[in-house]
Amino acid sequence: MAIKQEEIEKLLKEGFPDADIEIQDLAGDDNHFSAKIKSSFFKGKSRVQQHQMVYSSLKGKMGNELHALALTTEEK
Amino acid sequence: MNAQEKIKEVISNHDVVLFMKGTPDMPQCGFSMAVTNVLKHLEVKFDSVDVLSDEEIRNGIKEFSDWPTIPQLYVKGEFVGGCDIIKEMFEKSELQKLFEDKEISFKK
Repeated sequence: MAIKQEEIEKLLKEGFPDADIEIQDLAGDDNHFSAKIKSSFFKGKSRVQQHQMVYSSLKGKMGNELHALALTTEEK
Repeated sequence: MNAQEKIKEVISNHDVVLFMKGTPDMPQCGFSMAVTNVLKHLEVKFDSVDVLSDEEIRNGIKEFSDWPTIPQLYVKGEFVGGCDIIKEMFEKSELQKLFEDKEISFKK
């Protein structure tokens, strides 16, 4: 099970059109990524809610095709 | 008792409980290890549930808090976060503040 960086980026862009997104493939194995997302959609949300929003934008891939995504979210 | 009820019971009976892969002494995943290391560093007394030994709990806990990954930390019945959030909160001293607010003893 693996996922391409471009696919993650595409899904995140769809979910957060205004976001600044930085993605890194940490191990070069299409399986361990880090993402920094800065978006106005996070305004007023708790960190747990912000991460939940990111996970739902990934449409169930998190924890399945996507094993590891180290996440940092920030309000824009 | 179904998985959701079991999870609810565990969370309400333990002040600090970590759902993780493996055990605090032998974590089976780097993310679970990172959170146990934070808790050990703060000398917080915590209980843990090894989701690898119970498939129902492993799937159930993801539903329970609408959170797709393990580990998950609960303090006094409240879901606090997964590995990224716990590490970030620790670095910003927010986790320490949470323990203080919830009257959980830890090393200052």
